[in-house]
Amino acid sequence: MAARAVIEGASVPAFPRHVKFHFNKQREQWVILAPERLLVPDETSIEILKMCDGKTSVDGIVGRLVEKYNAPHDVILSDVIRMLQDLADKGFLAA
Amino acid sequence: MTMTTTKTKPASASQVEAPLAVLAELSHRCPLQCPYCSNPVQLERSSNELDTQTWCRLIDEAVAMGVHQIHFSGGEPTVRKDLEDLVKYASDAGLYTNLITSAVLLSKERVEKLAELGMNHIQISFQDSEAANADRIGNFKGGHQKKIEVAGFVRQAGLPLTVNAVMHRQNLHHLEDVIEMSVALDAERLEVAQVQYYGWALKNRAAFIPTYEQLSWATEVVEKARKRLKGVLVIDYVVPDYYARRPKVCMGGWGRRFININPAGVVLPCHAAESIPSLKFDSVKDRSLAWIWENSEAFLKFRGTDWMPEPCRSCDRREIDWGGCRCQAFALTGDEFATDPACELSPHHEEIFGMASLEAQQEPPPFVYRKIG
Repeated sequence: MAARAVIEGASVPAFPRHVKFHFNKQREQWVILAPERLLVPDETSIEILKMCDGKTSVDGIVGRLVEKYNAPHDVILSDVIRMLQDLADKGFLAA
Repeated sequence: MTMTTTKTKPASASQVEAPLAVLAELSHRCPLQCPYCSNPVQLERSSNELDTQTWCRLIDEAVAMGVHQIHFSGGEPTVRKDLEDLVKYASDAGLYTNLITSAVLLSKERVEKLAELGMNHIQISFQDSEAANADRIGNFKGGHQKKIEVAGFVRQAGLPLTVNAVMHRQNLHHLEDVIEMSVALDAERLEVAQVQYYGWALKNRAAFIPTYEQLSWATEVVEKARKRLKGVLVIDYVVPDYYARRPKVCMGGWGRRFININPAGVVLPCHAAESIPSLKFDSVKDRSLAWIWENSEAFLKFRGTDWMPEPCRSCDRREIDWGGCRCQAFALTGDEFATDPACELSPHHEEIFGMASLEAQQEPPPFVYRKIG
């Protein structure tokens, strides 16, 4: 039986096989596709999701964002974990 | 069918946003004979089916419109020898590909091949968790065992799996087992789909409709399981709207989210739309998919809110449920413009749902099995 993925700093998030994070050229829009589900992520989410490549850890993602936006580490870490955990619980993300 | 999304922008300068998904009904042929089949009562024969080349053209057209997903469905889509070609073509074209199947015709080799060609997801229908009852409902001996095996092949091939369990008064008491079965099969998702009553299912309503008490119990079971299996199994739950106070949003609104192509190339706003005799449909043999989406009389007829009578027209939910289900309105009242009787504001609501709830308490009649001709 599968277990719930709990997202933490060391987790390495990636899209599972049934989820496609995809740029629709005709609509000029990033979408997350899953069976009978479609999410249209906002700009911040898109930036984070592009780093969910199965290689970069949550800490790695947060590090890059901290540097780019010169923002407090703890705030970004908790925001990123909240967003990714929500996607994982809905079956859109694995770690 | 459920589809959640946030607002998306139109694909072109046109006023009508492109559909999100194409339902490609490759064939009405099916080895099973489920008495609640969502296909029309008048089924298309195999000699009328579109050829491979036409389906490929339609895939190109769908991609150009901005469609995201294609659901290969039927009948049973695996009866088509060219399914593999179509899956590869759609996947290469960038569509999210989903197979909606009864699974009984699939071999291990074929599942592996589909995975290799880019299939994104497979959905297998189950008639029950108990083999004898499942085979009786589908009228196909050995079907349940075969489905279990194929579900295993799907997971071994690394493909994601949805268990689609159609539930009703003759199997609802096994709901907890169906949930356990889905976890044991390592499915990502379980769709607990209560029978929706039009077409074949309406003919068999008295055999299928659960009591209000059975339904409330099922809702409780699903809610508990959702909490317990959070992050393990996603459970989608579609309740029959006979016991609801307001109608469900059907197909995400008429001509708003989905475009359904039947085996012969007739393009429908929903799989049951042919049950409304006044609708005039267009065929992909005469017109492009984009033209049909934007101009076909059948799509324009109930798109938006202008067609609505009162009390729908001024209802504050008119852009939430988009008037509910037109096929159900016609089937139950004889008027396709009528307020969906699932709505408590319909003058037919009490009479129709009173009758259904009475049926639910009587001995179920024998099934009328689905068949061609």
